[in-house]
Amino acid sequence: MDITQLTALELGKKIRQREISVREAVLASQKKISEQEDSLHCYITLNTEAALMQADQIQKKIDDKTLTSPLAGVPVAIKDNICTKDILTTCASKILSNFIPPYSAEAYQNLEKQGAILLGKTNMDEFAMGSTTETSAFGVTKNPRDPNRVPGGSSGGSCAAVAADECFYALGSDTGGSIRQPSSFCGVTGIKPTYGTVSRYGLVAYGSSLDQIGPIAKDVTDCAVILEAIASYDPKDSTSVKRDSYDFTAGLVNDVKGLKIGLPNDYFGDGLDSEVKASILAAAKTLEAQGAILEEFDLGLVDYAIPAYYTIASAEASSNLARFDGVKYGYRTDDAEELHHMYKKSRSEGFGPEVKRRIMLGSFVLSSGYYDAYYLKALRTKALIKQAFDNAFDKYDIILGPAAPTTAPKFGELVSDPIKMYLSDIYTISTNLAGLPGISIPCGNDHAGLPIGVQMLAKCFDEKTLIRAAYSFEQTKERR
Amino acid sequence: MAKQYETVIGLEVHVELATKTKIFCGCSTAFGGAPNTHTCPVCTGMPGSLPVLNKQVVEYAAAVGLATNCSITQYCKFDRKNYFYPDNPQNYQISQLYLPICRNGHVEIETENGKKQVRIHEIHMEEDAGKLIHDEWDDCSLVDFNRSGVPLIEIVSEPDMRSAEEVIAYLEKLRLIIQYLGASDCKLQEGSMRADVNLSVREVGSETFGTRTETKNLNSFKAIARAIENERERQIDLIEDGKAVIQETRRWDDAKEYSYAMRSKEDAQDYRYFPEPDLVPIVISDEWLDTIRNQQPEFRDEKMKRYKEEFDIPEYDISIITASKHMADLFEEAVALGSNPKKVSNWLMVETLRLMKDRSIEAEDLKFSAANLAKLIALTESKTINSSVAKEVFEVMFDENIDPDQYVEAKGLKTVNDEGALRSVIETILTENPQSVADYKAGKVKAIGFLTGQTMKAMKGKADPSEINRILMELLQ
Repeated sequence: MDITQLTALELGKKIRQREISVREAVLASQKKISEQEDSLHCYITLNTEAALMQADQIQKKIDDKTLTSPLAGVPVAIKDNICTKDILTTCASKILSNFIPPYSAEAYQNLEKQGAILLGKTNMDEFAMGSTTETSAFGVTKNPRDPNRVPGGSSGGSCAAVAADECFYALGSDTGGSIRQPSSFCGVTGIKPTYGTVSRYGLVAYGSSLDQIGPIAKDVTDCAVILEAIASYDPKDSTSVKRDSYDFTAGLVNDVKGLKIGLPNDYFGDGLDSEVKASILAAAKTLEAQGAILEEFDLGLVDYAIPAYYTIASAEASSNLARFDGVKYGYRTDDAEELHHMYKKSRSEGFGPEVKRRIMLGSFVLSSGYYDAYYLKALRTKALIKQAFDNAFDKYDIILGPAAPTTAPKFGELVSDPIKMYLSDIYTISTNLAGLPGISIPCGNDHAGLPIGVQMLAKCFDEKTLIRAAYSFEQTKERR
Repeated sequence: MAKQYETVIGLEVHVELATKTKIFCGCSTAFGGAPNTHTCPVCTGMPGSLPVLNKQVVEYAAAVGLATNCSITQYCKFDRKNYFYPDNPQNYQISQLYLPICRNGHVEIETENGKKQVRIHEIHMEEDAGKLIHDEWDDCSLVDFNRSGVPLIEIVSEPDMRSAEEVIAYLEKLRLIIQYLGASDCKLQEGSMRADVNLSVREVGSETFGTRTETKNLNSFKAIARAIENERERQIDLIEDGKAVIQETRRWDDAKEYSYAMRSKEDAQDYRYFPEPDLVPIVISDEWLDTIRNQQPEFRDEKMKRYKEEFDIPEYDISIITASKHMADLFEEAVALGSNPKKVSNWLMVETLRLMKDRSIEAEDLKFSAANLAKLIALTESKTINSSVAKEVFEVMFDENIDPDQYVEAKGLKTVNDEGALRSVIETILTENPQSVADYKAGKVKAIGFLTGQTMKAMKGKADPSEINRILMELLQ
């Protein structure tokens, strides 16, 4: 048996039943990593020795029954913009290439309490800005399904690591599709929870009003359990929401009878690859066959989502990234004549081109004289988009569509053309503007065998229905 | 005929609030810790850290707003003010621009020219920055983030003041209100209250404002008065010379009594304000606002009115005592402990003011407790000690807040009440000073003073002077 092919929950069960030791699980993952990392490059930092020490400690706690969590002893990979105490956290940027946080993100701490074992920190687009993981300062990650293609982004390392069995599950972050789009490209399952569900404390901010941490795993069941583990009300995060229920696994029910599913016409028009379209529509039909009710509708405002998103996210990023200045931590230029020269040089040398582009864009839209025309207008657009979704969810339990317009592109295809790259986020970014929960699950492959993901959205705080629809769909498919 | 000019002044006053912890994290606001000991990931701008608002800051800010007749913004927000400087760890300051917590207020000031209203444009909440220390020796700069995140309110007035006198009256008024609220100690010297002066001049009768400058670094009322006079003259000289006043920020050097330009409007920064996405809007419910309103203390004007009705003490004394919240508290507590209001007032007006001047300390820093003052007054009332001993004891109490009962006991300062002993001492004095006795009998009444002094000296000060006088008169008959 190849342990690494198990799901997180299957492994957790075997560990608790003493069929597999925690150390064996960690070693199996590490072996997979050492075999594949040279070609795939999912990780920026490996936690090799500490993970083995951690394995022995967790094993003891499992043995004496102080740890009974379904995730106890299961190795995890964490995106490198999520702070991990005493472990390098770079955001895939040269400017944080030496940053070792003295604290852990709340979401990661929640996992630690469940007995998770950190294998390493995964590659990503620099500061989560990108759709292919090509903007990383530490080199690209390859799509495990086709090494000539990108894994998607920005959580490309996390999704590729799950797809390549280099971990049992991973955490990613999603500001405009950064969990769902690479999940689609890599053929794994990922959830972007409702804004406020998972604490942002310790997540290095990109677009504060849009960022959410979420699970990436091999199936819906794993995702539900992981989400339950990482979600919490955190007084340290003012935007954290005290939810009525955190019982996401209650959604693991195979039943979509009477479930109303809306298919937005706007998500099936020009620009959508025909094979992707066919696969998504087939997924919808599958759910219909299980008793769901399908209806096409016009969501509206889709054309405005991308400009609104890039205005708001860039504006927030331009301010969030101001703290990286060479003064307190991170990269500082070797020679500078005076303070402002030091700022300019450190930042010019420390940030990559995509990050600089967004800092400039964000600084511009916040400038006096432009604020009303761009930033305020974008905020109004965001409110209208939220309204459009609210209206749709008056009628539908689930909105279903593609996670990305195509399957994984080849290296250089998107990153070389920023506008094209931004447009590829069209199906995912509205979700973040509206704060909604969304999931991407594999629904098929194109002619080249590249995975296609179907995206489902639910109204805010209704992950349970989202998980139910996704789980029911998954039950109709054979395990990979 | 020289032209007549009018000075137009508006103030931006920063006040450090007296919360125990910082505005967005749990770190202490205590003054004087070793550098970077009152810090955490939030107030040092570490990646991934997030601010959480200290509710007390909202309550203090709203209380100041209510006391200055402002309308309270019950749905208010924080904004980010973006600028790069090493004392500002995030390179943005969390402040309020679009929806400040208080707006459209006013306070009444009184000067020699009578009463007048100064309007308040707004009051907003924000965080303080850290402190840069320049090490000339090593040619480097160090940052101390202990002050980073200490809560501030900025009180922005309308350009309603016309003289240094009015400015000082306005600042005194604000200071009293805020001290009475307990929201800050408002010490200019220590920087817990800072005033920036916006000043322009115009010809008397003109309806339009002249070009204004902003003067910073004013650390005392005297410095403010000097800086206003200096800037007024500088601007008039420029205008008289046919030159233009440039809109700029100037820094006052009080030692040189001179200000110099820091930056002009042209290189003014674009702060790129936008709503702080890490904080949710603050909703101040009617109930919360009522609670804050109901907790408002009795302010000075009301207090003065009440004192006039309740206590038989001079109006001047009342104005001095109520000019400090701390002194008014001392007064009221001592009276509550049973001391005669007139006696308490006397101690505050005479000995306390004398020693404050001598030791150059502010009323807010008085160390002695009302309980000890009440004990001291009780000791004099019961004639356990005489007034000169009382003054000695008071001085020690003023410096060290000793318990007068214990002190008098320990030092053996009680008045000797043994009439026989006193009488025999006086008899000896009279025998030893025949000339004085003769002088007295010859009509030189002053000789009594000498004889009393000699007796007191012999008694080592521990006699009741009125007793001495009585026995002396009796023996000299």
